[in-house]
Amino acid sequence: MSGQTERRDQLAHKPALESSHQTATTGHEWDGLQELNTPLPRWWLWLFYATIVWAVGYWIVYPAWPLLSSYSNGVFNWHSRAAVSSDLAALQTQRSAMTSRLAAASLAEIESTPEMLDFARALGGRAFADNCAPCHGAGGGGAKGYPNLVDNDWLWGGNLDAISQTITHGVRAGDEQGRQGSMPAFGRDGMLKRDDVLAVADYVRSLSGLSTTAGADLSRGAKIFADNCAVCHGPDGKGNRALGAPNLTDQIWLYGSDNQTIFDGIWNGHGGVMPAWGSKLDPVTIKALTVYVHTFGGGE
Amino acid sequence: MCPGGSSASAGAITTATAMRPEQSPSDTAADAITTANIAEPDFPDHFDDEPLYAARKKIYPQHVSGTFRRLKWALLVITLGIYYFLPFIRWDRGPNAPNQAVLIDFPGRRFYFFFIEIWPQEVYYLTGLLIVAAMALFLMNAVAGRLWCGYLCPQTVWTDLFITVERWIEGDRREHLLRDQQPWSVERVARTASKHFCWLMIAWWTGGAWILYFGDAPTLVKELATFKAPPVAYGFIGLLTFTTYALAGWMREQVCVYMCPWPRIQAALTDEYALNVCYRHDRGEPRASLKKAATLHEHGLPAGDCIDCRQCVYVCPTGVDIRNGPNLGCIQCGLCIDACDAVMAKIGRAPRLIAYDTDLNIRARQHGGQTSYRIVRTRTALYAAIIAVVGSVMAYALATRHAQALTVIHDRNPLFVRLSDGAIRNGYAVHIANKHRDTQNFVLQITGLAGADVETIGSDRNSEGEPIIAVGPDQTRQVRVIVTTRQPLEPDASIPLTFSIMTANGQIGAVATDRFVGP
Repeated sequence: MSGQTERRDQLAHKPALESSHQTATTGHEWDGLQELNTPLPRWWLWLFYATIVWAVGYWIVYPAWPLLSSYSNGVFNWHSRAAVSSDLAALQTQRSAMTSRLAAASLAEIESTPEMLDFARALGGRAFADNCAPCHGAGGGGAKGYPNLVDNDWLWGGNLDAISQTITHGVRAGDEQGRQGSMPAFGRDGMLKRDDVLAVADYVRSLSGLSTTAGADLSRGAKIFADNCAVCHGPDGKGNRALGAPNLTDQIWLYGSDNQTIFDGIWNGHGGVMPAWGSKLDPVTIKALTVYVHTFGGGE
Repeated sequence: MCPGGSSASAGAITTATAMRPEQSPSDTAADAITTANIAEPDFPDHFDDEPLYAARKKIYPQHVSGTFRRLKWALLVITLGIYYFLPFIRWDRGPNAPNQAVLIDFPGRRFYFFFIEIWPQEVYYLTGLLIVAAMALFLMNAVAGRLWCGYLCPQTVWTDLFITVERWIEGDRREHLLRDQQPWSVERVARTASKHFCWLMIAWWTGGAWILYFGDAPTLVKELATFKAPPVAYGFIGLLTFTTYALAGWMREQVCVYMCPWPRIQAALTDEYALNVCYRHDRGEPRASLKKAATLHEHGLPAGDCIDCRQCVYVCPTGVDIRNGPNLGCIQCGLCIDACDAVMAKIGRAPRLIAYDTDLNIRARQHGGQTSYRIVRTRTALYAAIIAVVGSVMAYALATRHAQALTVIHDRNPLFVRLSDGAIRNGYAVHIANKHRDTQNFVLQITGLAGADVETIGSDRNSEGEPIIAVGPDQTRQVRVIVTTRQPLEPDASIPLTFSIMTANGQIGAVATDRFVGP
C-alpha cells in the first residue's frame, strides 16, 4: 500500500490496523500521530455499575434525601450528633479512672501526686485553651486589664484554694460568693480634683521607684493617697487581696505603669469582670484548671 | 490480529513515523497531499457503533522450563517462604518483651525487627526506608527494566503460584483450552471446584500470615484455630483472602495492564541503555517456517531466525507478543526467552533470539555497528549513591540513637514573665521519653545561665538540688520547667541554654538546646 492511499484511508476515519502494534486505530491522525482504539475492559464497566449500586445502598441506610420538613433517616438511624455524643461518652469513660481519682482528692493531693498532676495539667491545659485563653492568652501571659497568670503577683490570692474560688465564682460577675470590690472613678465622679489625681498618680509611681514628673509635690500626693486610696490599697500601698486591690509597690502593672494610664485609672476607675465558671464547667475540670494555673510558675 | 499486544497499549498514542525508521522520503510528499485532502467529508457510518468496552481475552499460559523459569521458582520459594514463615522466627529480647523476630506491636506501640526496635516517634526511619525502596526500584529499572514486575512483585509471584495450581488441576494450555470448550460435565465441575478451593486455601493462608505480623504468631494461630481470636483478626483474614483470590486468581494481568501505576512511571524513568526483554529482529525478517525459510533462501531471498512458532506468546502470563517490541503489558519475566531458547536448541539455531538487550544494540548489529552494555552510567550511579547515602544515614542514626529522648519547647506566650521583684522568668515544656522497660530517674541539668533558679513542677530533687524526673517504662512525660534569673539582662537578651538529662549511672542520656529570653 502506498503512503498516499494509506493516509487517505485514515483521513476517511476508517479504523485501521496500526503497523507496529497490530491494534485498531480510531482513524484520527494529527501530524503523523495516530490514536489507538483500546476500549475500556468490560470488568471496569461492571465496577462502575457496582459503585452506582453501592451509592443507592447509602441512600437507604444513611440520612440522604431532604423532605418537606425533615429528611430521610436511613435504616441505620445514624446521626452525626449522636455519633459525637457517643464519642464524648466514650472519652469520658476512658478518662473516668483518673477523673474519679481527681474528684476524690484534694487540690494539694493532686499536685503532690505526679500521676494526678500530669493528668490534671493535661486536662486543665485543654480547658484553659478552650475557656480562658481568649482573655488570659494561650500561655496565661495575660493582656492589658487581663491579669498575667504566670507571674507571682495575685490580685485575689495565688494559693490553690484562692485560685479555685476565683475560677468557680468569678470576679464581679454577679455571683454572691464571687470576688467583689472595685476601683471607684475618683475624677469622673467628682471625688478628686484634676490636680489631686495628677499628684496622687505621681505618688503611686514613686511607690515602686518609678520616675515622677519634675516638681511634683509627693507629700501632697501621699496625703491624698492616705485619705482616699489607703483604705483599699493599704497605707504602704501593698494592696489588699480581700478586695482585689493590687500591690502598687511591685513591678507588675495590670493596666500599665505610665503616668497617663495611672491617671486614667484613678479618674475613671477599674472593674474588670471574670465569669463564674462554676456553673459552666464540672468540678473535676475546675480542679484541673486550678492546678494548671497554679503550676504556671507563680502559684503560692 | 495477534492475541497479545492489543490490550497492552491501552490509550497510547503511538508515533507512527518514528516507529518505522525505514520509511521512504517520499512520505513527505504524501504528507502534503494528506493536508490538501483534509476536508474530504467521507465518514463511514459504522465507525461510531464500535463498543466502548472490550471483553477480556482469557490467557492460558503454557508451561515452560529454562533458566528464567528456574530463577522465578527460586524467587517464588524465597519470597513466599519469607512471607509465610517469618512471623514464627523467635528472637530473645529478655523479660517483658515479645520474643517474635518481626512484630508490629500496635498496643505496645513498637515495631520489632530482629535487633531493631522502632518507636512511633521514630517513624522517620520509615521515610528513609521508602526512599531506599523507591531508589532500589528506580535502580532495577535503570539496569534491566521491569525486574520488579517480572520476578519480585507480589502480584506476579502469587499469580505465578495460582497459575501453577491451575495447571496442576486443569492441565496445561492445550488441555485447559480444550476442556473450557467442552460442555460442563461432572469431571469439569469437580476440577473447577477443586481449583477454586485450592486458590481459596492459599488466599486464606495468605491473609492468615498477614495478621501474624501483628501479634504473637504461635498464640494467634492457637486462638484462630479455637475461634478465640479477636474479631478484627478474622475480618482482616477475610479481606486479604478475598483480595488474594481476586487479584491472583481472577484479575492477574489486568492488574498490571489497567490498575498498576508502575508501568506508566517506569516508562517515564527508563532510558535507551536499560536492558529489556527484546525480540532481536536484527536476526532477520520475515518470520517463516523452517520449510518456507529454506525455499526463500533458495531463491536468494532473506528469512529470519524466528520460525513463527508462537511459543513465546503461548508461555506469556500477560498474553503479550514480545516480537511487537517493548510494550506496557510486558512484565519482562523472561519466560519467552526460555520458550524461544528451547525451540532454537531443537532446530539448531543460536539461542537468545529473545534476550535481555537494548534497542540500541539491535540497531547497531543491524547496521554492523558496535554493541555496548552500559550498566554503570550517571543514572545508575546516582541511584546507587542515593541508596548508599540514605542507607548510611539511617544506619548511623540507628547505631547512635539513645534509649531516652529529650525535647524542649519554650513557652510561646508569654515569652518571658517579669516577677513582682523584677526578676525575669522563662517557662519550658520538657518532654522526656523513656524507651527502657523499667522506670528511669533522670537528673535534669540546665547550663548556660549562671546563678539562675531552676524549678520543675512535680519532681523531686537530689542532694545537689537538681530535679529528678521519674519516667515510667515505655512512656513519655512532660514536665514544666521554670528558669528564673535575678541578674540584670541586656535588652532583648536571648541566651542559649543547654538542657541535658543524666541517666542513673551518671551518663548524659540526651541533650537539647533552647534559649532564655528577656525583655
